[in-house]
Amino acid sequence: MTLKVTRRQFFKLGAVGMATSSMAMMGFAPEPAVASIRHFKLTGAKITRSNCTYCSVGCGVLIYSRGDGAINSIDSIYHVEGDPDHPVSRGSLCPKGAGLLDYIQSESRLKYPQVREPGTDEWKRISWDEALTRIARHMKDDRDANFVDQDAEGNTVNHWTTTGMLAASASTNETAYLTQKIARSLGMVVLDNQARV
Amino acid sequence: MRGDQINLQNIVKRSATQVPSPQERDGGVETVTKLIDVSRCIGCKACQVACSEWNDLRDEVGECVGEYDNPTDLTPNTWQVMRFNEHENEQGNLEWLIRKDNCMHCAEPGCLAACPAPGAIVQYANGIVDFNSEHCIGCGYCVTGCPFDVPRISKKDSKAYKCTLCSDRVSHGLEPACVKSCPTGSIMFGTKEDMLDLAETRTDFLKGRGYENAGIYDPQGVGGTHVIYVLQHADKPEIYNGLPKDPRISPLVEGWKGIPKPLASVAIGLAAFAGFFHYLTAGPKETPEEEEEVRTDEERDQESEEKRP
Repeated sequence: MTLKVTRRQFFKLGAVGMATSSMAMMGFAPEPAVASIRHFKLTGAKITRSNCTYCSVGCGVLIYSRGDGAINSIDSIYHVEGDPDHPVSRGSLCPKGAGLLDYIQSESRLKYPQVREPGTDEWKRISWDEALTRIARHMKDDRDANFVDQDAEGNTVNHWTTTGMLAASASTNETAYLTQKIARSLGMVVLDNQARV
Repeated sequence: MRGDQINLQNIVKRSATQVPSPQERDGGVETVTKLIDVSRCIGCKACQVACSEWNDLRDEVGECVGEYDNPTDLTPNTWQVMRFNEHENEQGNLEWLIRKDNCMHCAEPGCLAACPAPGAIVQYANGIVDFNSEHCIGCGYCVTGCPFDVPRISKKDSKAYKCTLCSDRVSHGLEPACVKSCPTGSIMFGTKEDMLDLAETRTDFLKGRGYENAGIYDPQGVGGTHVIYVLQHADKPEIYNGLPKDPRISPLVEGWKGIPKPLASVAIGLAAFAGFFHYLTAGPKETPEEEEEVRTDEERDQESEEKRP
């Protein structure tokens, strides 16, 4: 069965359609339901306490990640902000700390030990065991070769000046004490800290 | 103040909407305010980074133009910018005035008054003025309507963007991201009453330190704002990168919304009514005799069927 529409009926239908759509345009449309304009992005996030590593102040940070740790999901960090319970900064952060998220997700972030052999320009990935063994070997060899127990006047000095140590910034007092103790016990003189703020 | 539910009842003003919003349930919602103490700011821009991080904004990396302002102006992807001003005071000494520039969240928002798109700009009972991109038509009237020149239109999606005072955080009981990050306590957050109280303590302190004209910037021309400043030189707000002394909504906004727009609506209604009245009195349009002879579709169909072999 086909619908028979005359030319005149067609015009009438068109006019009615246009009138109703114009009504809607002029503000007689039903109100849309208003829900929250912005979704709160931390709902359901996993919160992990951590420390900012970018200077020796060591502000506390809260790391927010997606995923509940279930076997089939891999968590990903998507927000970092200050930890209000941390005594150092009580939730505030400096611009470096406030932008931690982008360092964490940076493509050039160093995630594992690498070595550049003498004479090459290539960085090669090595395991932590290899790295630690290698460092220990180099330290031992260099210390055996260059350790000075007495100066020219015969005074006992017991120092090792050919190797230095650059320590981490966000260390606790206790860590800093142990770092100092280990370096000095080896006779190391050159000891500095990354946190030159 | 904290943990308000965002719902229809908590919206007290809505752009291009004449009917007042239902406010039966706004009891107990206190207005929130951000206090920016310019005298304590060191210009570290932690607030700027925190803002970009929270709102997932990553503006283009710009180029150094010889000043600390970076970027040099607000953009659709930078909702707040630190403005650095070198001011020479009466004693001939340099004062470095650093003002955090962002939306002031006016109690009588010029952007909302100017906006022609229903619901594109709303004001919550807690005082926050927020843009709803879903309803934004990108006309740019809010830019004209803003006495502080804050909204920016994106060239990508033609929508207006500005600081939301982290309305999502505030409704969940948190302070805005910039407030939380500030390491010097230059940015504070609380009820308007508490912030005015704190601001007074600070201005008294500054006066004691020799800043005789220290004061609070809470311009009454826009009904007061939900972002207030403590200025060392409140008598000269212009020296803080052109902070207007007595900001008001542009008379153009009132001119357009006040007279021509309602007049046009009345004119449209009158035209429709006149048409209907004409139909009642004069009746439908008379058709000439010749047109009556035009055969209807049905008759033509019957004829064509008869002609077939």
